[in-house]
Amino acid sequence: MSVSPANHTVTQDALAVLDSRYKVETPEGIDLQLRPAGVVPRAMAFIIDLLIRGGVMLVAGIVLALLGDFGQGLLLILFFLLNWWYMVLFEVFNQGRSPGKQALGLRVVHDDGTPVGWGASLIRNLLRFVDMLPVGYALGILSSLLHPGFKRLGDLAAGTLVVYRDEPPTRPQIPEVSPLRAPFALSQDEQRAILGFAERQAGLSSGRRAEIAGILAPALEVHADLAEAELNGIARGLLGQA
Amino acid sequence: MKQSLFERRHQAEWDAFQALLLSLEQGKTKEDESQAFAAQYRRICQQLALAQERTYSTHLIDQLQLLAMRGHQQFYRHRSHLGAQIIGFVLAGFPRLIRREWRSVLIASLVFYGSLIGMGVLVYLYPELVYSLMDPAQVTSMETMYDPENRRLGRFGERDAGDDWMMFGFYIMNNIGIGFQTFASGLLFGLGTLFFLLFNGLYIGAVAGHLTRIGYSDTFWSFVIGHGAFELTAITFAGAAGLKLGWALLVPGRHTRIEALRLAAAEAVKLVAGVVFFLLIAAFIEAYWSSMTFATSTIKYVVGAGLWLLVALYFIFAGRRHAPD
Repeated sequence: MSVSPANHTVTQDALAVLDSRYKVETPEGIDLQLRPAGVVPRAMAFIIDLLIRGGVMLVAGIVLALLGDFGQGLLLILFFLLNWWYMVLFEVFNQGRSPGKQALGLRVVHDDGTPVGWGASLIRNLLRFVDMLPVGYALGILSSLLHPGFKRLGDLAAGTLVVYRDEPPTRPQIPEVSPLRAPFALSQDEQRAILGFAERQAGLSSGRRAEIAGILAPALEVHADLAEAELNGIARGLLGQA
Repeated sequence: MKQSLFERRHQAEWDAFQALLLSLEQGKTKEDESQAFAAQYRRICQQLALAQERTYSTHLIDQLQLLAMRGHQQFYRHRSHLGAQIIGFVLAGFPRLIRREWRSVLIASLVFYGSLIGMGVLVYLYPELVYSLMDPAQVTSMETMYDPENRRLGRFGERDAGDDWMMFGFYIMNNIGIGFQTFASGLLFGLGTLFFLLFNGLYIGAVAGHLTRIGYSDTFWSFVIGHGAFELTAITFAGAAGLKLGWALLVPGRHTRIEALRLAAAEAVKLVAGVVFFLLIAAFIEAYWSSMTFATSTIKYVVGAGLWLLVALYFIFAGRRHAPD
């Protein structure tokens, strides 16, 4: 089965749309892969931060009420600090993570992937005021949904990105077969596809497995019935020794 | 080179780098331990590039990618010498910034002082105009605040035992919050900033006009003149910062709108830092000097005029020469 060039570009474009990864080239000449976080995890992180701040205010309010006017003054200053500086201080001193973001595995970085600094953090958190307009983060949500990197207005102005923390890659679990070599050199994406196929076997019916593997049979120069075993062998070969 | 050989040769190195990363991320590294970090990081980057070029398996590449990523985070970590930065900003950076941004500061000042003076004169001539901005309850409470019979002046003045600390806290929260809002709402194509500048100008103008008209001028003007030097200038700077954002969106020049906004915001946020600095001074003066009645109004006028002069001299002369190295 041949794939026409026109079809091929369409798939590439579709992939580019679906893939939310964000590539940054570093001065060392390598590409960093950042995965921007969407609206929902960020909203949950914000809610956690909000609850923490509410709790601190509540406790401080009770304790400081005993101190009279002096306590009132302290409480007002505390409110000011929590309202405007909580996020900034955590982001700058805790490698881009407020407690809520830390809980959700998120962190804030500059557009070039470097950890966020004073200026950018201050901008994105002061402009939060506008993101919350007119009600319930409407502008921020709208902007996040429209931007490929899920940036709210504050992120746009500050040049920052909220990304997922990367988990260490686990060794894929694939069927125990004797390793094989692919008949031709495979690109990164092709390798990933084959590994993915081998890894997800358990979730697919045998008919579907044979159907998918059969598509590649001509390219692998094997009979369609043997394509699945061939792919598993190649996947095992790609993974190398344990 | 085969992948397995490559892995065997470098595995120890990767493990060592990972251990160092872990201690750096937790902030437990001693200085001499991280001496070799830069070299190690560059080697990881080089090995990643090699592994990609030789199309080793994705599993290995993912591992190296993660190491490089974490190394990048630590290598480009934000090092702030906050104390030195603040001193540098106060001594020279801030006045230089204001001189550089004089256009937006001028526009914000015209809008703010223009509406303030205009409204003040109008309310003085047509007293009933004050009710177009404030309801009668607000007007009454304002009159009580500046009643010459009071021992303390200003907001909370009527509370005789009112603690200066509480007022200090209130001024910080209220005023800096307004400053931040004035800046942030500039993102709405500058309209929000214009609104806050106009509204605050009109409001302060109405208060000034009304109190002068009913003969409380001495208590009012002697109260505001001192901290006004810092508070009013700070409002115009916050306005200038907000207008910069709006202007970048309206007239991005040779950049895309987003890029222009990003560049403008990076400058504007320095103005905001100056706003915070000035409003802290203003809150301090307002709580501990302006509200006191032990000083006669003459002394307050003299001190107030001195503070205005000081602010003017600061922005005209400070930071003109480079500090000796």
